[in-house]
Amino acid sequence: MMPDLGKYALWVLSAYGVSIALLASITMLSILQARRTRRALQAMEEGRKPGRRDGARSEAPGTVKEAANG
Amino acid sequence: MIALLARDLRLSIRAGGGFGLALAFFLIVVTLTPFAVGPNTATLSLIAPGILWLGALLACLLSLDRIFALDWEDGALDLVATSPLPLEGAAAIKAAAHWLTTGLPLTLAAPALGVLLNLPPQGFVWLALSLALGTPALSVIGTFGAALTVGVKRGGLLMSLIVLPLYVPTLIFGAEVARRGAEAQATATPLAALAAISLACVALLPFAAAAALRVNLR
Amino acid sequence: MSIWEYANPTKFMRVTGVALPWLWALTAVCLTVGLTWGFFFTPDDFRQGSTVKIIYLHVPSALMGINAWLMMLATSLIWLIRRHHVSALAAKAAAPVGATFTLIALATGALWGQPMWGTWWEWDPRLTSFLVLFLFYLGYMALWAAIEDPDTAADLTSVLCLVGSVFAVLSRYALVFWNQGLHQGASLSLDAEENVADVFWYPLLVCIAGFVLLFVALVFLRTRTEIRARRIKALETRARISAA
Repeated sequence: MMPDLGKYALWVLSAYGVSIALLASITMLSILQARRTRRALQAMEEGRKPGRRDGARSEAPGTVKEAANG
Repeated sequence: MIALLARDLRLSIRAGGGFGLALAFFLIVVTLTPFAVGPNTATLSLIAPGILWLGALLACLLSLDRIFALDWEDGALDLVATSPLPLEGAAAIKAAAHWLTTGLPLTLAAPALGVLLNLPPQGFVWLALSLALGTPALSVIGTFGAALTVGVKRGGLLMSLIVLPLYVPTLIFGAEVARRGAEAQATATPLAALAAISLACVALLPFAAAAALRVNLR
Repeated sequence: MSIWEYANPTKFMRVTGVALPWLWALTAVCLTVGLTWGFFFTPDDFRQGSTVKIIYLHVPSALMGINAWLMMLATSLIWLIRRHHVSALAAKAAAPVGATFTLIALATGALWGQPMWGTWWEWDPRLTSFLVLFLFYLGYMALWAAIEDPDTAADLTSVLCLVGSVFAVLSRYALVFWNQGLHQGASLSLDAEENVADVFWYPLLVCIAGFVLLFVALVFLRTRTEIRARRIKALETRARISAA
């Protein structure tokens, strides 16, 4: 199955390796960032609807402090 | 406009204004070069035009954040913006003041430093001429970069990252004039291109700088 | 129904939300088919040997490295003229993707140049202008990251993108003047006689399509992230104001 790359195998394979690694990393990075922001926004919008009191239940330290202040 | 120019010049000459710092930096770069590449005079005279251009460019870069930062901090920039003087004019004046206190002294000092680097005798005129034509572009481009980053705290490094790529065409043509001059070749084409870049920058970039300033002052 | 309707963030979110899974699927198909075809089922070039297979990565990424900047230029202009937030955010989202493509073009170019030209790097106009383009991407991204207020950042980066474009073109011509090149001419112009042969041409087209799709999918995804981040910021501000 593997084609005969001759004496240039190292160069060709590393070119493919570097490119695919770079493409994969930018894609993974984008997906991770997207997931993180989506979760954060969801948490915020859910926390907003039931009213401020509900914030104390949340495990995020910032929210607890805010509820304590209010 | 003239009042603003005079004020900027006075401020930069006063102690701590930064006048002379760029010159000292230029001198140090030129002094360090032989330590880095060795004292062989043939090598030095080969790279002298390029090193002198690069040194002048970096010295120019160093003093850029003074253009707006101090006026931004003490609020003078807001006064300038609300004065009847158009902001484009103010940006052009700032660039002119920067050139008079940095570009012009660098141009005048470069031939003297050329002696240290064993610049071939026919190269001195071309070096001075190319710097005289090129440093205005460096000042104006730098003013634009300073206007972009004036609102950023500790923006010096960021400004270098933005401004240096913009310096590429000017450096290429300027150093090419100096190199060809030193090697006694025809210099007309790069000289014309360098002059064109400088004139276009001086004519257009104050508008971009003023636009950036307006955004930052909003 | 005009294209400006997509400038509405809600509408943009809805449409891209539906389109993204299809885009990802198409991207995966094109890239898999194109790269597999190119890597396993094309002959070696009689002069370049197997290194010709690098073309399937090098040409599309170089193409997209430039196109991403053009797209940023267009969206920056739209932001400056029509003040659509989605446009500014799309420019921000595209920059890291464009920088990655530029980096791939540089890396694959070096890996091809080493066996073929006998050097990793040559100060050739094409190579050097790509390096300069990469520097422009870095400066642009750094400016976005440094400014806190989103609208100020969008304005300033747009101005930088416009001015940078002019200087990028200037640098290109300056570099051509500065050093005669080692790089071959365009391999893709439609009318050129010296075009690449058909065996290499069709898989290359598929790869280019795959890279374009990947770019669009990534920009959509990242723009959605930016829109959400902007909304989080707005909610936080609102909470702070109501708490004060």
